[in-house]
Amino acid sequence: MTKTEATEPYRIAGASGFWGDREDALAEQVRGGPVDAVMLDYLAEVTMSILRRQLQRDPKAGWAKDFVVALEPVLALIVERGIRIVTNAGGMNPRACAEAVAACARKLGHRGLAVGVVAGDDLFERVDDLMAHGTSLAHLDTGQALAEVRPHVQSANAYLGAEPIARALRQGAGIVVTGRTTDSALALGPLLAHFGWRHDDWDKRAAGVVAGHLLECGAQVSGGNFAGGWPDVPRLEEVGFPIAEVEASGDFVLTKHASSGGMVTAASVKEQLLYEIGDPRAYLTPDTTADFTSIRLDDLGADRVRVSGVKGTPPPAQLKVSITVAGGFRTAALLTFVWPHAVERARAAEQLLLARCQRLGIELEAHHVDLIGISGAHGPMAPALPAGTEPNEVLFRMAVRTRDKLHAERFAREVVPLLLAGPPGAAAGPGLGGRPEVQPIIDFWPALVPVSEVHPTVEIVES
Amino acid sequence: MKRLLWDIAHARSGDKGDLCNIGVIARRPEHYPVLLRELSAERVRVYFGDWCRGAVQRYELANLHALNFVLHSALDGGALRSLRLDRQGKTYGFALMRMEIEV
Repeated sequence: MTKTEATEPYRIAGASGFWGDREDALAEQVRGGPVDAVMLDYLAEVTMSILRRQLQRDPKAGWAKDFVVALEPVLALIVERGIRIVTNAGGMNPRACAEAVAACARKLGHRGLAVGVVAGDDLFERVDDLMAHGTSLAHLDTGQALAEVRPHVQSANAYLGAEPIARALRQGAGIVVTGRTTDSALALGPLLAHFGWRHDDWDKRAAGVVAGHLLECGAQVSGGNFAGGWPDVPRLEEVGFPIAEVEASGDFVLTKHASSGGMVTAASVKEQLLYEIGDPRAYLTPDTTADFTSIRLDDLGADRVRVSGVKGTPPPAQLKVSITVAGGFRTAALLTFVWPHAVERARAAEQLLLARCQRLGIELEAHHVDLIGISGAHGPMAPALPAGTEPNEVLFRMAVRTRDKLHAERFAREVVPLLLAGPPGAAAGPGLGGRPEVQPIIDFWPALVPVSEVHPTVEIVES
Repeated sequence: MKRLLWDIAHARSGDKGDLCNIGVIARRPEHYPVLLRELSAERVRVYFGDWCRGAVQRYELANLHALNFVLHSALDGGALRSLRLDRQGKTYGFALMRMEIEV
């Protein structure tokens, strides 16, 4: 690294907040102005179990194929400019994802592109071994023993940190594909590789974690889903995804490309800082424990917010493991009831369906009714309608949970007949009134594993 | 004077398993002491009624003029188990914003 490089900020862009986010965000981040690296997050808590099922059906599957779709149109530009791409799109099968990236590069005529593969997070085959040797994998919130649900475990992945990503980049990878890592590691990895921050430089690492936390949810920090003044957000239809301009000290400016819509303000940054965190004094990652109460924000105007003063301390001695457990099935009835007495008729439909379940021997573990338009989202917090007011219509939703798939399927077949055999004034719900889909329930089971039990691996695949 | 929390604060909420966290941000620095006074963890727990079946923790972020609430057992078992319309607690922040407070 030359002296000039060290004084220039390192620009990391975010281009995906989850699997299903805008597929043209990567192209916009690469084409919209200078960036040194782009991170793309594809993994929510429950995504791994879905990917495991795909992997079981096809040994080349089990990763987020959207990544290659997003990458292909701009791969030439990425290679030309030497932009580093870091993503957890590898899911349950980072090696296959990397090979697909390499194949895509070859197809476009790019030979010799190094694609890093970070793995070692998958502990599925080692669950019994870990439990037999003193790692209980008990549920982090409830304390329940994993043994009680052992036959239903579908996946187990440790959250890896930024070190293996940095290692892959130092070995020359232009693109790094990982399995389960912390979202923030996708930003901290390139920062460690670029600035060479020391292992125990906790404050700088914590700053990198905060940058990653702000970049990991895409446009949610730059005007999307912004409660603090959404009517003022300009041009959401071309909202700019975020960019962190990180200095060697770890301080950074959060911004976006000047030509894009949306906005970056202290308020939009605050909303994202608070998103999905617990104790703000101890944001735990494998790389450092970041103190969010130490963060200083300065709104510089023109979509630039400076983030400084972040404090960090050593990380915990254990890594978080995300385990998924099969937990039965669910389905939901949806019907529209119109004026008059829409609420009363929706309640009558609930009683009718419960009575039908009893007659047919459909065993429900639980059921839940939402009156959408009245109290669907806010339940007990939604105030009652003023006395004498009648809603124009109510969307009746009755969701049920069953242990047995056949029972959920039988319930699903009881819904549409209500149009002819239930209370009057019902129209089919959204979806044109077909039979509702039955979905498997997958429970998320957080647990801990000692760092010493997890062995991250790094390899390079070349196009 | 009674006001809606929404008049002096904005919020974002999300899920971690069966936990829901709600970040509540004062719209102006002078509103932060009002949040500290009015929004106790216990008041938030009672407000959510049987939708929050566990404890509520409150964390202070004076640097952001914000509070973070962590609601345990608040998502009917978590995103893929929950039978509720909003399985990830994405709208819980707005549910809290309609609370009446004394300003």
